[in-house]
Amino acid sequence: MERYYQPEIETAPREKIRALQDELLVKQVRHVWDHVPYYRKLMEEKGVTPDDIRSVDDLRKLPFISKHDLREAYPYGMLAVPLKDCVRIHSTSGTTGKRVIAFYTQHDIDLWDDCCARAITAAGGTDEDVCQVSYGFGLFTGGAGLNGGSHKVGCLTVPISSGNTERQIMFLMDLKATILCCTPSYAAYLGESMKEMGLTPDQIPLKAGIFGAEAWSEEMRQSIQETLGIKAYDIYGLTETSGPGVAFECSAQNGMHINEDHFIAEIIDPDTGEVLPDGQEGELVFTALDKEAFPLLRYRTRDVCVLSHEPCPCGRTHVKMCKPRGRTDDMLIIRGVNVFPSQIETVLLNLGYPANYQIIVDRVNNTDTLDVQVEMTPEMFTDSLAEITARQKQLVDGLRSMLGLTAKVTLVAPKTITRSEGKAVRVIDKRKI
Amino acid sequence: MSVKQISVFLENKPGCLLAMTKVLAEHEIDMRAFSLAETSDFGIARILVDDVIATATVLKDAGFISSVTSVLAVAVPDVPGGLNQVLTVLAEQNINVEYMYAFVGKGTGAYMVFRVTDNSRATGALVGKGIRLVSQEELAEL
Repeated sequence: MERYYQPEIETAPREKIRALQDELLVKQVRHVWDHVPYYRKLMEEKGVTPDDIRSVDDLRKLPFISKHDLREAYPYGMLAVPLKDCVRIHSTSGTTGKRVIAFYTQHDIDLWDDCCARAITAAGGTDEDVCQVSYGFGLFTGGAGLNGGSHKVGCLTVPISSGNTERQIMFLMDLKATILCCTPSYAAYLGESMKEMGLTPDQIPLKAGIFGAEAWSEEMRQSIQETLGIKAYDIYGLTETSGPGVAFECSAQNGMHINEDHFIAEIIDPDTGEVLPDGQEGELVFTALDKEAFPLLRYRTRDVCVLSHEPCPCGRTHVKMCKPRGRTDDMLIIRGVNVFPSQIETVLLNLGYPANYQIIVDRVNNTDTLDVQVEMTPEMFTDSLAEITARQKQLVDGLRSMLGLTAKVTLVAPKTITRSEGKAVRVIDKRKI
Repeated sequence: MSVKQISVFLENKPGCLLAMTKVLAEHEIDMRAFSLAETSDFGIARILVDDVIATATVLKDAGFISSVTSVLAVAVPDVPGGLNQVLTVLAEQNINVEYMYAFVGKGTGAYMVFRVTDNSRATGALVGKGIRLVSQEELAEL
């Protein structure tokens, strides 16, 4: 028996969803025009005014917002309400110039929590459940989003945040957690750790997991499901649109329903900006319909994806998106931790290494690996293995304190890291997802 | 009395050592002694050659990173207990051996290269006990 958190809207007839979207879009465009000079200017440049937007059909007349715009508008340029009406911010991790700060009114938090509550309910969660939220808490949206959703559903919420695997397992076993929320790679890691402790799937109280914030494969889902003895559900979102819960998986486990009463999704050709029909692969674009503080219209996610309006056996009528196939972004998510190449560069330069380096990310036994390759220089080289390995360790320690995760440092021969003419290829992501 | 050793940085991957020996062969550099120390991802090749400056130059031109270190080349008495005798002298003086490796000359005789904490004290102690050290000039003749 499929459960819904808000059955009326989740299973609403398409016409009803469409009528709601028409109404909300018209209001939202007016709200943004009136309060966000940055976007108003983009509209004026395209010769569009709010009067031109009468329904969802007119959406394609609006200009896109890119990550570049968010950087330009940092920090308040996209804010659409007075700061006194905002109650919280979240932020993408990153260094100067890459950070995006998203603002929330209480209304925005409520609708985001609702979205996450729908995801937890779709995964079988009720007020009888113990929900362990092992996403990071803080500026990252993962912890806060699922925590809020879990409260709305009425689960006993364990806001344990990420890390400290031993403590995670202790709480999970002692409090008999039934739902786990974290990144898929951390779920795999927890699973392996519990297996090593001799715990079998039937001894693990979990029944479901909601895993997102990074791309993961169907093979990884199978493996997590087997190790933990659970059903593993995907969840999607990004800070720019609120956080996790923009889309979530149902019992069918073959795509994520986008919460269309709050967000309109489009797929565009990333080169021409042209809207593509259902079933065609392209860049995912979101329009927030009723967010107040940070209402992005036609935000280009850089995620490559396909939409499907095929009826879903779960009874939900909202459009489904496939797992994003890739992201052209510069941020890496490694073992659930956000990593920017520039952070690694900072550590290297601070320790006197040359700026020529390469970051190799891979996935071995379902766990992400990070290998930082640095070229040996005449200044660094000595005849003593002990001195060189001590320097290597110093770099590993420096990276750990900057990134919060352990990297491998490999010293390579000079000139072996490929030099490129334009933008350096810093990152090689070998993860097959 | 020390000799100059060249240490070369090498990645621990197939073909890396060959790349270095190829350069040496092409320039007809004659190695007197050779040893390899390694970790899982890199290694250090340590070599004694007749012409240190020429060797360092050709390696640098070929893109290798190297450094020159002063080490002791000791003529170890080629009898049972020969090495033991040398180490006893160093231990008595509380001189630590960082690493060592052996090589043979073209004629007779066994030699060992010692990297120690204090070259001049070690030299004094060894010579004082009648143990012979090889000079840079002699090295070319071995």
